Amino acid sequence: MGMTMTQKILAAHAGLDYVEAGQLIEAELDLVLGNDITSPVAIHEMNKMTVDTVFDKDKIALVMDHFIPNKDIKSAEHCKCVREFACKHEITNYFDVGEMGIEHALLPEKGLTVAGDVIIGADSHTCTYGALGAFSTGVGSTDMAAGMATGKAWFKVPSAIKFNIIGKPSKWVSGKDVILHIIGKIGVDGALYKSMEFTGEGIKNLSMDDRFTIANMAIEAGGKNGIFPVDEVAIQYMKEHSVRPYQVYEADEDAVYEEEYTIDLSTLEPTVAFPHLPENTKTVSGIKEEITVDQAVIGSCTNGRIDDLRTAAAILKGRKVKKGLRCIIIPATQSIYLQAMEEGLLKIFIEAGAVVSTPTCGPCLGGYMGILAAGERCISTTNRNFVGRMGHVESEVYLASPAVAAASAVTGKISLPEELGL
Amino acid sequence: MQAKGRVFKYGDNVDTDVIIPARYLNSSDPAELSAHCMEDIDKDFVKKVKKGDIMVAAKNFGCGSSREHAPIAIKAAGVSCVIAETFARIFYRNAINIGLPIIECPQASKGIEDGDEVEVDFDSGMIYNRTKGTEFKGQAFPEFMQKIIKAEGLVNYINQKN
Repeated sequence: MGMTMTQKILAAHAGLDYVEAGQLIEAELDLVLGNDITSPVAIHEMNKMTVDTVFDKDKIALVMDHFIPNKDIKSAEHCKCVREFACKHEITNYFDVGEMGIEHALLPEKGLTVAGDVIIGADSHTCTYGALGAFSTGVGSTDMAAGMATGKAWFKVPSAIKFNIIGKPSKWVSGKDVILHIIGKIGVDGALYKSMEFTGEGIKNLSMDDRFTIANMAIEAGGKNGIFPVDEVAIQYMKEHSVRPYQVYEADEDAVYEEEYTIDLSTLEPTVAFPHLPENTKTVSGIKEEITVDQAVIGSCTNGRIDDLRTAAAILKGRKVKKGLRCIIIPATQSIYLQAMEEGLLKIFIEAGAVVSTPTCGPCLGGYMGILAAGERCISTTNRNFVGRMGHVESEVYLASPAVAAASAVTGKISLPEELGL
Repeated sequence: MQAKGRVFKYGDNVDTDVIIPARYLNSSDPAELSAHCMEDIDKDFVKKVKKGDIMVAAKNFGCGSSREHAPIAIKAAGVSCVIAETFARIFYRNAINIGLPIIECPQASKGIEDGDEVEVDFDSGMIYNRTKGTEFKGQAFPEFMQKIIKAEGLVNYINQKN
């Protein structure tokens, strides 16, 4: 019986020739990640341990991205705690204001995540790095602490679901529509405890940024991780961003999958997830009623990359954000911000009446920088639309692609770019 | 080890944002977090909950974010055990790691209502609904998990072992 791609990576990091679903293993870690919300709890736990040092100062990444630049005194205290820890242990990959970005956009860009890695992060969207062919998964702060201290973590080897991607997407269909479609199909617990293994000839038609978006939201289907094969596109990305050696693993032909789905990209349409679960999906063309929105957010670890900003700019160019609607655009990293500036995208956004913020997770989790009042609606390229996620418990979040969010920012209701003659 | 208390019952997909909204994540103090536990879906929870009470839910409890603040808030609110049909995987790990007992048991989830008096025996995995006089067999905790819970979390457990 063969192994999936995920199982092969886990076996190699556990020093085993073979693993199977359900097996408990202890694996060596290539990277342990935390942010300004989860790291203070991990540091507190680590301080209770009878260890004085971290396992490897080069293999820990601490990214201040959720509530920074500090939104209030308590957030400032959290960041201070992490800053002091990073300084004490000489953590190489500590990213604070000025260098930081949203962690899951930043780490691949900095070349810290490559194919074949095993990565844990105290942030549920750590699954993003599966786009490059790594095994990466979200954990809590105590696991992060144990990972920082020992360089190891225990895992239950996951069973798998295979997604055979075929076809080519139409103009305004992106990675976000692909993953929303999948979550709508299998549900928010459809991949609970399992790996989501993406494969098929259609993957060549998905950009690296599309793949990051898809892997990013594996957790929204309950998945342990999402993973893509390592093709020319992924190799090119790693060559451009990383000096670390990568290792390509391929699934065995007789690998076991609990379920298999075929996703034909050519049949997908721009898709929106209605409140209050990412599985409540509808195609935009299938929405019968008019849904007015008060705010549009374009950004986050899901959709704050350069492709996303280019798409938004293509729609907002020469147009105006609807009067009374707040359009907030957040490049995910300093480098993306700079690139957007050099390409003239920021000018387009500002002339359209949008605001452009420094990288932050802020509005996605209702932290700051775009909190909703009671009864308000937001069309957002973020990843969760739970009750109260972006503010008041009676506010609503509709999840969508940058194309739909930008078009909706212009019309003031959930719209397709085609409605603007695009 | 046993737990006994009154039940707070919830449905499917109780996410970590409603267990502890992110607007309170600028704190990591258990007492402060517990003061806001469940407030976005049940604002009376913190007023009513008593030490030892039990939370029962349906599918995919704890889905969403990896915030360990979620099980910390539930535990600090006094909850002695969470029973659900299924748990989201990061929440499952986090709960064990901080020493909050959790049991997957679909039958118990269906057979227990809000306000019922329930008793749980962690050694056997038995769940007794004292209000209705019914009982359910959940998964018993392996010995090492019981030790983690007794030690009030993974870190203390590791320290005790060393």
